[in-house]
Amino acid sequence: MISIDVKMAWRNVWRNPRRTILTICAIAFACILLVFMVSWQLGSYETMINAAVDIHMGHLQIQAKGYQQKHDINLAVSDPRSLGRILDKIPEVSAYTYRADAFTLASSRDRTYGVLVIGIDPEKEAQVSTLKRSLREGRYLSEGDTDQALVGKLLARNLRVRVGDELVLLGQGRDGSVAATVVRVKGIYSSGQDDFDRSSIQIPLGYFQDTYAMGDAVHEVVIRSDTLKDVPIVKTVLQHDIKKEGRRNLDVLDWTELMPGLIEVIQIDVTSGFIFYFVLIIVVAFSILNTFLMAILERKKEFGVFMAMGTTPTRLVKLLLMESTAMTLIGIVVGTCAGILLTWYFQVHGIFISGAEDILRQYGMPERIHPRLSIISIILGPSLVLVITFLTALYPALRVRRLRPVEAISST
Amino acid sequence: MYLRMGWRNIWRNPRRTMVILTAIIIGVWSMIALGALMKGISNQMILNGIATLTGHIQIHAPGYSDDPVVENSIMAPEELEAKLAKLLPPGSHVSARIRVSATANNARHADGVTIVGVDPGAEAKVSFIGHAVKIGRYLNSNDPNGIVIGKALAEKFETGLGKKLVLMSQDRSKNIASRAFVIVGIYRAELEATEKQYIFMNKDVAQQMLGLGKGISEISILLPENDLTTPVTDRLRAALPIQKFDIRPWLELLPMARGYLKIYDTFILIWYLVVFTAMAFGIINTTLMAVYERMREFGLMKALGMKPAWIIEEVVVESLFILLLGVAVGDAISIATVYALSLHGIDLSAFAAGSEFAGVARVIYPLVDARNVISANAVVFVLGILISLYPAAKAARFTPREALLHN
Repeated sequence: MISIDVKMAWRNVWRNPRRTILTICAIAFACILLVFMVSWQLGSYETMINAAVDIHMGHLQIQAKGYQQKHDINLAVSDPRSLGRILDKIPEVSAYTYRADAFTLASSRDRTYGVLVIGIDPEKEAQVSTLKRSLREGRYLSEGDTDQALVGKLLARNLRVRVGDELVLLGQGRDGSVAATVVRVKGIYSSGQDDFDRSSIQIPLGYFQDTYAMGDAVHEVVIRSDTLKDVPIVKTVLQHDIKKEGRRNLDVLDWTELMPGLIEVIQIDVTSGFIFYFVLIIVVAFSILNTFLMAILERKKEFGVFMAMGTTPTRLVKLLLMESTAMTLIGIVVGTCAGILLTWYFQVHGIFISGAEDILRQYGMPERIHPRLSIISIILGPSLVLVITFLTALYPALRVRRLRPVEAISST
Repeated sequence: MYLRMGWRNIWRNPRRTMVILTAIIIGVWSMIALGALMKGISNQMILNGIATLTGHIQIHAPGYSDDPVVENSIMAPEELEAKLAKLLPPGSHVSARIRVSATANNARHADGVTIVGVDPGAEAKVSFIGHAVKIGRYLNSNDPNGIVIGKALAEKFETGLGKKLVLMSQDRSKNIASRAFVIVGIYRAELEATEKQYIFMNKDVAQQMLGLGKGISEISILLPENDLTTPVTDRLRAALPIQKFDIRPWLELLPMARGYLKIYDTFILIWYLVVFTAMAFGIINTTLMAVYERMREFGLMKALGMKPAWIIEEVVVESLFILLLGVAVGDAISIATVYALSLHGIDLSAFAAGSEFAGVARVIYPLVDARNVISANAVVFVLGILISLYPAAKAARFTPREALLHN
């Protein structure tokens, strides 16, 4: 029986090909757009997160409790090597490094600026951040270096220093003593994030600890996991292991806590995006509602005859829903495929929005944005379209139940 | 005659007309609402940028914008200020400031800040600081040790009113100038970044500390009207020697706002076209249906001597009515919703860190821009008429014979 209904529905769909094609186009259009836009949004979030993670932040950090808010030099992590031993045992951790930092006055021959001096472990740092790769002049720090420094490009310009020039650092040590030293610029880097390139210099961790009376303590243990998805697992395991060691004064922070602004920007964008997609689908729904309505109203006579011959209203409703669902499905399949192709093209080539450079830099993003296809971005939009068009088709289909055979047959 | 016939024809099937009207109304509503939202965001970004020390126009010594240090100061500002008094339109306010980067220290903390040395009276008329002090008091002209700092900085430094803060900066002879100040007031700003950055003190105190004499870093000008920015900038550039003064309007000084303004129009236009396409399918289909079910009627009209062009006109007039109605109601509803939303604003406080990150105000007040409403209406109207030409042309092509045979 079902096969007859299906056949009938399929033929009915093509009784008015032009109308059907227009309806399918409307649905396909919505799907193309949604697949593309959702991929675009997810792609740009990933770029934003990765930019922040790669340049400096890492996926997770272990810090002393309160350090994130106060950045107080006294809130340090002592005996970081023991944490390293814990990290070595977690398979999802791909790399980690130690850092210590202090706000310091840096003076060149004719300029003085306040900067953040960061002590790094050159070898480990290279595995965690892009610092080594973003070097533009001079050379990277090597093991055993002491009074050598890497300087951000914008800071180097402000301080008017080049590779080989001297910088006088004047700050405060952990014990309140004056921390003063002279370092030589070994390399100049450009990470692409202006704020970072304008405000920080890197010196070897051991030299930092000597200068700032830190002992063996550091401020951050920066961790990279294999992927963004592994972050929660690593965090849970770490929290558990650190507790077992009895180190209650330590916090494990993931990237959402290290940069609360980033995750909230994403939340705002997701919410507003969703509102606009919803509005768009509603416009499409009203656009196609008329087709569904007409397909029924102009066939009143036909339905009257069906009913007079004993077809139950339920079966008629089913038949009509099959017709509308067939149209919807064709539209969704066509639209999703076209959407995937379109998105894939831009995923490979990237999109350049002229005029948006200033805004993109604010988020530390490159000038070209690459949308990113994923299961979610392919399924989310089209399924929303499916649900809403089904609901749209329900209203006219259910009206059929109200038909009375005699009136219907005699209607014009 | 077309008008009356068209109007009656669209109400022959009220339900169908209502459905397509709804699609148009929602579409127009979403166009104007998005426009108003973006306009609100960019408008606040600009107002906020102008109030946060930028002003409408700034004048610096050449070189200051690339290298903002004391060496690049305007050393004899009296002459410039006298000229400005003559060149600026009445109602303008002028503030001459020192602005240099510095380090702030107390017993526990140290961080980079910007010292802003101002004439308290003049500055209050130009920038936000005049009404932003929430705890303590604003500077007065006799404040040799007083500074006003932002709330976020006070929290970060774990300090408060009456406490000391040491400021260090490079003076004109390239030595480090260092002095202790007392916090007399704490201000709030739209963005935390502002609160963390600027420390206000008296201009003469800053000049003395930095060894500047009468020199200043910048002059900020607030005009009575934003629209005057471009003409006044041009007038100043023409009247003042270019090798001595770098004169810039706010648009060149606020990169984020400029970026936002640049993509704003493109973004809105794309949204208009997308929404329009979504409703276009409905408009075409509905009009086609209305035309096909009246095939006999059109055939008869033609048989009676109606020209194809008149039939096209007739069908287009019907679309015109539907579009007009949809646009009018859409406008009314959207302006009403935007007005309702703008009374209290859209509060993003729950996402404070996010709005801070994006450089957007915490509460957004959507703003209806006449230009947006007009362009939204024009898109719907012009393209709507264009696409309804297709069903109209179909109707005009029916021959009387096939039309009358059509059942």
